[in-house]
Amino acid sequence: MKTIIVVGNGMVGYKFCEKFVANDASKDFKIIVFGEEPRPAYDRVHLSEYFENKDAKALEMAPSSWYEENGIKLITEARVTDISRNTKTITTANDDKYAYDYIVLATGSSAFVPPIKGIEKEGVFVYRTIEDLDATMNYVAKLKSEGTQKRAAILGGGLLGLEAAKALIDMGLETAVVEFAPRLMPRQLNGDASKSLQTKLEALGIEILLSKATQQLTGNDAITGMQFSEEETVPFDMLLVSAGIRPRDELAKTCNLEIGTRGGILVSNDMRTSDPNIFAIGECALLNSMIYGLVAPGYDMAEVAVAQILGNSEASMPTEIDMSTKLKLSGIDVASFGDALNENGGVEIVYENGYEGIYKSIIVDKEGKSLLGGIMVGDASDYSMLHQIFLNGMKIPEDPAQLILPATDGAASLGDVMDLPGEAQVCSCESVTKGQICGVIESGEAKDLADVVSCTKAGTGCGGCKPMVADLTTATLKSLGIEVKDTVCEHFDFNRQDLYKIIEVKGYTTFNEVLDNHGNGGHGCELCKPLVASLMATIHADTANKEYAIQDSNDRFLANIQRNGTYSVVPRVPGGEITPDKLIALGEIAKKYDLYTKITGGVRIDLFGATLNQLPLIWKELIAHGFESGHAYGKSLRTVKTCVGSTWCRYGMDESVSFGIELENRYRGIRAPHKIKGGVSGCIRECAEARGKDFGLIAVEGGWNLYVGGNGGANPRHAELFAEQIDNKTVIKYLDRYLMFYMRTAKPLQRTAAWQERLEGGLEYLKEVIIEDKLGIAEDLEAEMQTLVNKFECEWTQAVNDPEVMKRFNHFVNSEEEDDNIVFVPLREQKMPEPWV
Amino acid sequence: MEEILEHYTTTKLEDVQVWFKAASVKDFPKDGGACVKYKEKQIAVFNFARLNKWYACQNVCPHKMEMVLSRGMIGDDKGMPKVACPLHKKTFSLENGENLNGDLEAIATYPVKIEGENVYIGFLE
Ligand SMILES: Cc1cc2nc3c(=O)[nH]c(=O)nc-3n(C[C@H](O)[C@H](O)[C@H](O)COP(=O)(O)OP(=O)(O)OC[C@H]3O[C@@H](n4cnc5c(N)ncnc54)[C@H](O)[C@@H]3O)c2cc1C
Ligand code: SF4
Ligand code: SF4
Ligand code: FES
Repeated sequence: MKTIIVVGNGMVGYKFCEKFVANDASKDFKIIVFGEEPRPAYDRVHLSEYFENKDAKALEMAPSSWYEENGIKLITEARVTDISRNTKTITTANDDKYAYDYIVLATGSSAFVPPIKGIEKEGVFVYRTIEDLDATMNYVAKLKSEGTQKRAAILGGGLLGLEAAKALIDMGLETAVVEFAPRLMPRQLNGDASKSLQTKLEALGIEILLSKATQQLTGNDAITGMQFSEEETVPFDMLLVSAGIRPRDELAKTCNLEIGTRGGILVSNDMRTSDPNIFAIGECALLNSMIYGLVAPGYDMAEVAVAQILGNSEASMPTEIDMSTKLKLSGIDVASFGDALNENGGVEIVYENGYEGIYKSIIVDKEGKSLLGGIMVGDASDYSMLHQIFLNGMKIPEDPAQLILPATDGAASLGDVMDLPGEAQVCSCESVTKGQICGVIESGEAKDLADVVSCTKAGTGCGGCKPMVADLTTATLKSLGIEVKDTVCEHFDFNRQDLYKIIEVKGYTTFNEVLDNHGNGGHGCELCKPLVASLMATIHADTANKEYAIQDSNDRFLANIQRNGTYSVVPRVPGGEITPDKLIALGEIAKKYDLYTKITGGVRIDLFGATLNQLPLIWKELIAHGFESGHAYGKSLRTVKTCVGSTWCRYGMDESVSFGIELENRYRGIRAPHKIKGGVSGCIRECAEARGKDFGLIAVEGGWNLYVGGNGGANPRHAELFAEQIDNKTVIKYLDRYLMFYMRTAKPLQRTAAWQERLEGGLEYLKEVIIEDKLGIAEDLEAEMQTLVNKFECEWTQAVNDPEVMKRFNHFVNSEEEDDNIVFVPLREQKMPEPWV
Repeated sequence: MEEILEHYTTTKLEDVQVWFKAASVKDFPKDGGACVKYKEKQIAVFNFARLNKWYACQNVCPHKMEMVLSRGMIGDDKGMPKVACPLHKKTFSLENGENLNGDLEAIATYPVKIEGENVYIGFLE
């Protein structure tokens, strides 16, 4: 049994352990890890999240129990102070001695603090460990308790500095970034890109001070300002130094390992230091005359060291290492890859849109054949794909500018993820290739994105590759003919159609039954609750009064919630036909309750501005005058719009109003995945705009033409011709089947148009199912619809007759008062809610 | 409008000075909410029956300052109990008031205790 001592339990030291124990040959070794920090290794890359949630556990790479379970001895809060290569022992700060066969130095780096006069003052911090963040936050809290607006400076306008700046401004300090160079992120961005970024940051309220050489910090004990020149001193209450890193090579020096002239433990490509039994990996290692301050190369080094120790003398690091980066600031996209600054004489193509704050540039070779590098600011959505094209030397379009020009309609300028070569490295942190991702899906090991992530670890590092991993997963599943689960939300692993079947077969009648028996152990949400409510309504012909706490607000209060929390009232006016008496009644009720009155787009009358307490009073009166609920609040049938048809119109071919009323009364109240509208026109002049509805009828010689799947809304669509010259009975038969089939199979909140469009086999298939009864379900569909029709009950009549239900309409449970927060202002001759600011 | 928010500050259990008897347990729907008036305040109170817990928070939604949260649906976001505003479905943690699907100000939360059949809400004053 040989002993490996790992010095440093940071990200890379941890990764070494993880990769080592994953190898079967590791059984012959004993690993002892020394970490100077008080806790096991954590994700430094996402350190800034600690500012938001103060949750150190959430950042842990693995809990301390993991080390034990894997036979690793982890000793935290123990700094190794000395290595004796003669006796092959190390010494800790407590003077404990341990013998080793191999040492892996993973001591990382420390924040570089430039020797500025006064830098030791109180209120100066660095940004590297959880303890650093604690100290910073405590100081911020102390400053803030003094009451006046405080100012913080960040020294250094690099990746880290900008992240820190965002964190400090989020804590409520006035924040400035002080950079020595004439631009931000000088190592990754050119001048124009930096300017673009600067504009974005300034819009967030972050001040940017460029070309500033700090002479000294002012203040007695605590910092009060930064002096840039004799004339210029800017006041600050604290300073966060983020001016680069210095490799921690002090331990290596104690045993005379070779060190680079500017620091860093010298290693060759096999990660061995000048002593072949001592390895150095991560940010302390000087490889190719470089310190790689990113986690991905560190992980690769860990892998090489593991292989070397286990006897694979071939394992080595490449001489060219990818240093592409994406900034992880919320709300600001910045990324660069490859030869971003065009240092090797490529040709630069630039796209800049000052209006939207977007800057993109790419570098291509002189022949325009390959992509050498690029920068994006303001929109880095194509970063993953461009980065892959670069890494894999993939072919680029004949006109390379296409790579960064905004996509014109429909034209996908970038390649498809599936075009990537199998060896393309999709996740550089965990070195996961496209082939591996597709492989675990093809082998059946992974069935969804979560599986892919846990099998391959892709996306668990910096997270930048996540969108691409998701795309690859979906595309691979699809290529295997596996349906990609479109689950309704995090609480169920089922889609709407699955839940429909489950509820139908099991006969569940409450949300909790469904959730307890088929949920994921959670408690539901605003997505699955109304969905289940809608399914119950379809399957059991329930009204929305049944289990009102799972209904959307509109269904819970049987009215449409409006801008100021008041509601609107829409009684049903089937087919738009209304007697003068009823019209007068509506007018009088509206007047009595001072309601804003308007004709709706569906030719009904809408009364706005009713408070919760008023709703039942208004409805009592409406019902007394023979009205019933119009279900304008539900995902259900709204109106069947009609023209006057042959009863009055000189062109009319059939009685459109009569048929419209019949249809509206037939389908009223049924709940569906989304709202449903109908229309009936008396001739092809189409005055009722029936083809803009979910179902539309147009009277022609010899019967009705039936159209389905139209809608207005955000994506207007004409309904498609489904059957010609059919009589009233056949219309109802087809419509019963059509609507029921839609209710059974559509996704949540999918209108008929979208549903129909996405049906495999399209309209032809739909005709086969509905008209030819290919699936043999037509009778069932009709019977189900007939049950719904038979069981219809007006839910408002139900409500006003049930004192228990009426209680729901009090604004307060403990007072009769109304909401005093509602303010109306005059509008023409009526009123409206006070505008939102 | 913003001054409405000044009426509401998160109250910790240990800081409660007044336990206000709001209503009876049965006045609240299971796994749903209702609104309680206390002085000039409107408080949304939820009976999270599935967790056997009660929550209280300001009724005003910080998005558009409307008094509507008590009418929202409750549920959980990866285990965090939450309420969804009925107007634009912004969701807020019932434990700490945080806006879970945006960057709105956190809403104020209040402790609730049940004694016998009664629901009490804890206030600073
Ligand atoms: C705020 C922040 C954001 C970052 N963002 C990114 C990013 O987006 N992408 C990216 O790729 N990289 C990022 N990095 C860099 C990344 O975190 C580092 O590359 C990575 O942590 C290096 O890992 P390491 O194990 O080499 O060093 P470290 O994580 O520093 O670990 C070294 C450990 O060794 C311990 N140690 C040192 N000497 C001794 C000793 N003598 N005895 C015992 N223990 C010792 C140290 O205390 C430390 O715990 C970021 C860094 C920070 C601070
Ligand atoms: S659609 Fe034809 S029948 Fe109906 S109103 Fe217009 S012209 Fe007359
Ligand atoms: S079009 Fe928009 S603003 Fe007008 S009623 Fe519909 S949702 Fe409201
Ligand atoms: S008012 Fe609450 S989400 Fe808009």
